[in-house]
Amino acid sequence: MQDLIRRYGAGLTGLMVLLVAFWLLMLVIIPNITLFESSFRPYLPVVEMGGPRDVYSVNNYMKVFDGSVETTILGMTFMVPVHIRTFFLTIWYSVTVTLACFVLAYPIAFYLAKIANPKSVPTLLLLLFVPLWVSEVLRAFAWWIILALKGPLNSLLLSLSLIDKPVRWITDYDAVLIGLVYTYILFMLFPIYNAISSLDTNQIEAAEDLGASRWRIHWRIVLPHSKPGIASGAVMVFMLSAGSLLVPSILGSTTSQWFTQTIQQWMNDALDWNTASAYAFLLLFLCTAFVSLVMWIFRVKLSDIAK
Amino acid sequence: MSAGIDLENVVCDFGSFRAVDHVNVSIKPGEFFSFLGPSGCGKTTILRMISGFTEPTQGVVRIGGVDVRGQRPNQRPTALIFQNLALFPLMTVAENIAFGLEVRGIDKAKRRARADELLRLVDLPGAADKYPSQLSGGQKQRVAIARALAVEPAVMLLDEPLSALDLKLRQHMRAELRAIQKRTGVTFIYITHDQGEALAMSDRVGVMSQGRIQQVADPREIYNNPVNGFVASFVGENNIFDGTVVNPAGGMASYETPLGTFRARLGELATGKGVKLFVRPEHTAISLTAAVENAVPVTISEVSFEGSFISVHGVAAGGKTLVAEIRNDGAATVPAIGSAAFMSFDPALGAILPDAETDR
Repeated sequence: MQDLIRRYGAGLTGLMVLLVAFWLLMLVIIPNITLFESSFRPYLPVVEMGGPRDVYSVNNYMKVFDGSVETTILGMTFMVPVHIRTFFLTIWYSVTVTLACFVLAYPIAFYLAKIANPKSVPTLLLLLFVPLWVSEVLRAFAWWIILALKGPLNSLLLSLSLIDKPVRWITDYDAVLIGLVYTYILFMLFPIYNAISSLDTNQIEAAEDLGASRWRIHWRIVLPHSKPGIASGAVMVFMLSAGSLLVPSILGSTTSQWFTQTIQQWMNDALDWNTASAYAFLLLFLCTAFVSLVMWIFRVKLSDIAK
Repeated sequence: MSAGIDLENVVCDFGSFRAVDHVNVSIKPGEFFSFLGPSGCGKTTILRMISGFTEPTQGVVRIGGVDVRGQRPNQRPTALIFQNLALFPLMTVAENIAFGLEVRGIDKAKRRARADELLRLVDLPGAADKYPSQLSGGQKQRVAIARALAVEPAVMLLDEPLSALDLKLRQHMRAELRAIQKRTGVTFIYITHDQGEALAMSDRVGVMSQGRIQQVADPREIYNNPVNGFVASFVGENNIFDGTVVNPAGGMASYETPLGTFRARLGELATGKGVKLFVRPEHTAISLTAAVENAVPVTISEVSFEGSFISVHGVAAGGKTLVAEIRNDGAATVPAIGSAAFMSFDPALGAILPDAETDR
């Protein structure tokens, strides 16, 4: 603080501090507290707000248990509340997206960090970044076009005779998964790339010299070293996927439902912001708990990720 | 279980740069062999060609008589100790040492026993469960050696492993490395730019410059009978005289210089032009009369007391500075600065050699 005042003067320093404080307080903390508070209050007509029925309860949170549907898991059929089913499918598919991002990003990250000619790496990184210059909405729509039944992907595969009739890509969660992997893979790639870049190449050579196979080198040397990068990439991809609304909305099918879409329905269709808030906080808390659990299982500390 | 190495006409090019230029060396099984040379002379490239990380552009590399071209590092019976040691920081010392056994599928108890045994060999018992970051420089060194020995290599390759240590520890580790080599009988190939290290540890030394081998010989021969000016200058200090050879006969010759005519040994390769006379400072004597052979009158300009020896600088006619080192036997008399004296050398200890690198 003293340093800042000396460098920029009291006026400018005060302005910067005020702006940051305003941003944090008015745009982050207060809106969240307001939503959190309203999540415990019932959805009432305007005239009844503040009236005798306007009391705190967890009723909004309990609504996830309403309305069961038949669900089959491993050949067994259960009756599961529809919103809980949506929640678990969201978590399940977000995990799938995270794993797919890891499987795709790790070899690319290793290639960029250790195999590619260092001179060409900036160009390759730029090429990876170029798609980010286009809006996320446009990119999701582009995939919608690519994956369409009579779209370019099917035409290409048909012309190469790899398939004999068009594949319906936009069905169930398939297109949502493709879209999410595409949208968030760079959040996995860059932390892993950074982690592998910091690995001394001599370590890889030493392991090879001692007789290790390629798989063993990755399993014992490269993967353990890049664990913090993998963890931070996985946390980001998982949280962004579970919280994504755009991709599931555009690339979803009639049988796909993302938990964020349920929140949006409470908010926009039912106009019940109280229940919508309750659902949003459920998603936030449960995802955080899930991430913490997974980090504990893999023995990753928060400080590792922050590096 | 040690193997010899044969490099036959080995060439290695990186693009248009020739890092190693027609190198021919035979290293015997169980030998401690050093490649000595300035940085960029191609010695590390030779090491990488033996270990398999780099393939020669031309020529053959044989380990134990077997042509190993095309074999990956993990298929060769060599173990490399890296300049920065490259210990695995996320593994304990025991896991580091046993890594080579782990990849060979040896079970955990046996691995641990072997690691403990090797830790005793390198004189580091009780460090098994520490992490490399908890060890000192010298201890890390020992772990790296143990890790390389664990795979029972036929050849150990060491890439300036002592360069990161301080002077005292370096001298201690020299003796230690030599002792470990004798105990295990493994062929050691040692890369260094430190002539002291190479001379003190090796059975034989190969001096390199610009991708070429200049001389291969035992340390004494390298120091006392260097084949050319490069070797003479790289392994020690010299007083160098410029002149021409006259009357060569029986391995001796006269050498005419502006400071007078000297008698000296004629090097085998010293033919034609571009030859100079090299005399080591410790072979240069100081006297007050010109009664001895090969004497040059000088004015003493500088005397520095170095402990075990005294370094005396004298300026000869024409401003040329000569250096003499006198052994400090406790009674050595040192001329005063500014006084006149003569510097001289025994004809058998002066050598007329080609000035620069020679093709061999």
